Amino acid sequence: MRQLTFSGEEILETINMVRTEQLDIRTVTVGISLLDCVSDSCDRLCRNVYAKVERTARDLRRVSAEISQEFGLPIINNRIAVTPISLIAGRSDRQDLLRIAATLDRAAHAVNVDFIGGFSAQVEKGMTAADASLLAAIPEALAATRRVCASVNVGSTRAGLNMDAIAEMGRIIKRTGELTGAESSIGCAKLVVFCNAVEDNPFMAGAFHGPSEAECAVNVGVSGPGVVLRAIKAAGDVDFGTLASIVRRTAFKITRAGELVGRTAAARLGLPFGIVDLSLAPTPAEGDSVARILEEIGLDSVGAHGSTAALALLNDAVKKGGAMASSHVGGLSGAFIPLSEDAGMIEAAEKGFVTIDKLEAMTAVCSVGLDMIAVPGDTPAETIAAIIADEAAIGMINKKTTAVRLIPAVGKGIGDWVDFGGLLGRAPVIPVNRRSSGRLIARGGRIPSPLQALIN
Amino acid sequence: MPKKPPKKTALPCAPQMGGRAIITIIGSDRVGIIAGIAGVLAEANVNILDISQSVIREFFTMIMMVDLAGSAISFHELSGRLAGKGAELAVRVEIQREEIFKAMHRV
Repeated sequence: MRQLTFSGEEILETINMVRTEQLDIRTVTVGISLLDCVSDSCDRLCRNVYAKVERTARDLRRVSAEISQEFGLPIINNRIAVTPISLIAGRSDRQDLLRIAATLDRAAHAVNVDFIGGFSAQVEKGMTAADASLLAAIPEALAATRRVCASVNVGSTRAGLNMDAIAEMGRIIKRTGELTGAESSIGCAKLVVFCNAVEDNPFMAGAFHGPSEAECAVNVGVSGPGVVLRAIKAAGDVDFGTLASIVRRTAFKITRAGELVGRTAAARLGLPFGIVDLSLAPTPAEGDSVARILEEIGLDSVGAHGSTAALALLNDAVKKGGAMASSHVGGLSGAFIPLSEDAGMIEAAEKGFVTIDKLEAMTAVCSVGLDMIAVPGDTPAETIAAIIADEAAIGMINKKTTAVRLIPAVGKGIGDWVDFGGLLGRAPVIPVNRRSSGRLIARGGRIPSPLQALIN
Repeated sequence: MPKKPPKKTALPCAPQMGGRAIITIIGSDRVGIIAGIAGVLAEANVNILDISQSVIREFFTMIMMVDLAGSAISFHELSGRLAGKGAELAVRVEIQREEIFKAMHRV
């Protein structure tokens, strides 16, 4: 009886996706609730946090390595997302929060993961005392730790934009950049400002385990720009319907692989499976680039007119294919266009073909936002705050997640480079508009939630 | 209150032990490839369920479906031994659980 149920073509297709097209599982992220770690003593709180993270994630690396070998599919990152720390901080002051950050760093080190996300606060409507302490601690926490990632949600469609928090984030990003100036301001690469943040995002630096989540969850982020690129290249000059169909089918296969890895990891860790995040996440490796896909769709360079339309098509087709492939899709689920982490983007930015304004427009149709963009070190805090406000406004009005991860590179100007190494990549410093936004940011208060919020 | 048993799920997930795997051997044809790989499998008590060979995209390709249920060694160990034998025979040998192909190519 014939047992082989796959054709040689199918088997080789999978093998080639991994070998030559950089298909991989970008991250297996274990979300851990820390709500039960609360204590009136900071010492006990830190002990509880360390013990829970260590206990829950101690097998993560081993299980990931096993699964990666058994499926022949690389798993690039293992990460941890925890409850936003402001929710468990209680009466902790800034010093206490620095200790909690150091504890998270140690716990991540103990279980051998490169990033732990959740040094976070949600302040879209207003700030509690704990939120304010956390924000005040961010620059030093990011400078003093290697693995801790911070995120702050400053707006939502339901609550509007907290402009006071946005102004504060402009200053915090500047300060973080200064404190880590000796290392290309790398602290800023670990800090995301969100509008409409999602609670089950597995991707760093913006991952946290939201308060609506269960005790623990295993969330998976897939990759695969290289696979999509190869598929549409092979198809040649087909029309858009055909193009969308090719992307959809490819996304389906990638997502199924992600779901299998997620479920298997969850079962072996004894934790519930959460979601697959469909995002097409690029890396600095040549061929693993979202920009190259847009160029293959028909642009001389990413940033040319038509980039937004091409990205809209790509993003939508990835979602349609992915949504059919998984029972639980979540996280950010869209194409990422981080500048420093995408070879095509880096090249276009270096040549001046893609500007911050075009990138902003593109973020209206994809996840997630102005990501990993190096700007001159002397950019004023008000300008950074205004960039955040623009991006958050796009998210608020369009009921989508947007984010800002800017790196004001200390001591560097337009054309200089910042280099973070590894997956964070390298990027040229690109110009921002030099006209002041100071009066807008100085107004203070909240931008009211839009009519879109009144849906009941 | 008695604890409810967990609900069965039909959604894909690979077992820790046992199951089936696909071995792919890619390279140029020569005497002793099947014998060499089959020797490693026999030693590990892994049963070969099916073998096919063909030229796909200019590569000489041999594909085996094997049953890991009786395997005397871990997947990790088996994978290492196969890779070692492959290096000896100057071919590339990969072993992957069947579930990955099911997930990607079967709805």
